[in-house]
Amino acid sequence: MERASAAPASAGRTTAMLTGTRGILVMAALFAIAPWAGLYPVFLMKVLCFALFACAFNLLIGFGGLLSFGHAMFLGTAGYVSAHAAKEWGLPPEVAILAGTAASAVLGAVTGLIAIRRQGIYFAMITLAMAQMIYFFCLQSPHTHGEDGIQAVPRGKLFGVLDLAQPLVMYYVVLAIFLAGFAVIYRAIHSPFGQVLKAIRENEPRAISLGYDADRYKLLAFVLSATLSGLAGATKAIVFQLASLTDVHWTMSGEVVLMVLLGGMGTIFGPVVGALVIITLENYLAPFGQWVTIITGLIFVVCVLAFRRGIVGELAAWLERRRA
Amino acid sequence: MTEIFGVPTQALFGQLLIGLINGSFYAMLSLGLAVIFGLLNIINFTHGAQYMMGAFAAWFLLNKAGVGYWWSLLIVPIVVGATGVIIERTMLSRLYKLDHLYGLLLTFGLALVIQGLFRNEYGSSGLPYQIPQELVGGYNLGFMFLPKYRAWVIVASLVVCVATWYVIERTKLGAYLRAATENPALVQSFGINVPRMITLTYGFGVGLAALAGVMAAPIYQVNPLMGADLIIVVFAVVVIGGMGSIMGSILTGFMLGIVEGLTKVFYPEASNTVIFVIMVVVLILRPAGLFGRER
Repeated sequence: MERASAAPASAGRTTAMLTGTRGILVMAALFAIAPWAGLYPVFLMKVLCFALFACAFNLLIGFGGLLSFGHAMFLGTAGYVSAHAAKEWGLPPEVAILAGTAASAVLGAVTGLIAIRRQGIYFAMITLAMAQMIYFFCLQSPHTHGEDGIQAVPRGKLFGVLDLAQPLVMYYVVLAIFLAGFAVIYRAIHSPFGQVLKAIRENEPRAISLGYDADRYKLLAFVLSATLSGLAGATKAIVFQLASLTDVHWTMSGEVVLMVLLGGMGTIFGPVVGALVIITLENYLAPFGQWVTIITGLIFVVCVLAFRRGIVGELAAWLERRRA
Repeated sequence: MTEIFGVPTQALFGQLLIGLINGSFYAMLSLGLAVIFGLLNIINFTHGAQYMMGAFAAWFLLNKAGVGYWWSLLIVPIVVGATGVIIERTMLSRLYKLDHLYGLLLTFGLALVIQGLFRNEYGSSGLPYQIPQELVGGYNLGFMFLPKYRAWVIVASLVVCVATWYVIERTKLGAYLRAATENPALVQSFGINVPRMITLTYGFGVGLAALAGVMAAPIYQVNPLMGADLIIVVFAVVVIGGMGSIMGSILTGFMLGIVEGLTKVFYPEASNTVIFVIMVVVLILRPAGLFGRER
């Protein structure tokens, strides 16, 4: 797939901001002061959860070249498991979140093993079909309460000390989770593992002939992506005190694809920007019913036809051109 | 009352019939997807929305213009197919040099737009469509009652599928098509207008979806989301069959419809998921699909 080229080591300061560690510090600082700049913590937490989800998805599509069209199953399953753990079993939030994340990791391993047997378009269709299977399972299982979902999930006290019912406390906990997940992805991308993954994306037969077990790398990337998507979903369930069918439906899988496509596939910060834009848009368009779907679809079409590098990718390319 | 495996024959044959009906639609839709994929290398996510457009177009023709079912069978595929031609010319044709996944994303976006527009206009409740006069009623076969319309749908879709297979596998036009699937550059150098052939193929595939939509209108309600979930099942059907062969997608479509119907009799809880489970099993045992070739 077409991607923004990674900036060379000698890139200018602004370009480095779009790829490097300094950018992460700036992003962390911006999110840290955001609730004091008049933005609602609940809105910001939604953005952070989806940003983590989108970053996890980006690891797969942007660096592994694998388009999963069923990532909602990891978000939703983790949400259900952690909501159930917190509400029915009365587990503390940190354990509930871990339980949800672990459930997604297992699901990711099983789905990954099956889906990586085919490539490209088949991979997308298989993940979509498996996610639909999980959706029907969630629809029928008594634990998920069907259309109602699991409501009124207690937020509880983190480590028995931090009272998550306080919006700001919850916010900084979510921020910490997001940054931890982001750091894991950043580290993975810049590790030898990430390099091999990119090599497989560019030319799988050559990577195999160099002695890399392509399927193992793809599976590992898939499981990592599923786990972090699960972390996002589990956190989201605790934050909104709700786990519902929306999060396992295929529209959610489409939404995360859109966030990453709009923000910039294969860029570090693109998914965060994409999540911010889409969540903001949905907030404003919520009263207009079906227009959200229509506009979402239009953004897809425009992105694919004219804007394939996404916001961050185009920005990087523009800075590159200006320097040259 | 007679029973087979502890199930009343009435129920068994009733579900078998429903399975065959569903199978007819799976077959027609997966056939269209396979034809489009063969030449364009694009998985047409809009297929479900185009099937829905077919049903709506038939409803419009009947209720706004007084045009009946039989004319709809002819007019609707042409009209909806023409919208497909426009989509191919203005959008899809720009993507052929890129990764195939962009085609999937574009058609997914289009499906959202089309379904959103129809839902805005008609909500999500279904609109009824009358069964045509000639096909009201049914036959009593002794062991079950067979409504005429359902018998017609099964026969008609079989005829459409076999005719499509014949055109592609046994005629000169089909030979060009198959050749262009293998090597478009070479076929073009023989003086065949490949880009036009691609456009018409997409139009044909879309028309096939619309035809399925018209046939579905009297059975299921005409509803903006009627194609949304169906298309995912059809994707699974396509993965199971493998897109290598035309006959393969037809057979797989009917077969899975029947399996789904039987599941409804013996283990109803799994009827929604049985096709996906079969997909998983097939992927483990035969990754290329039942009729597919490993590429």
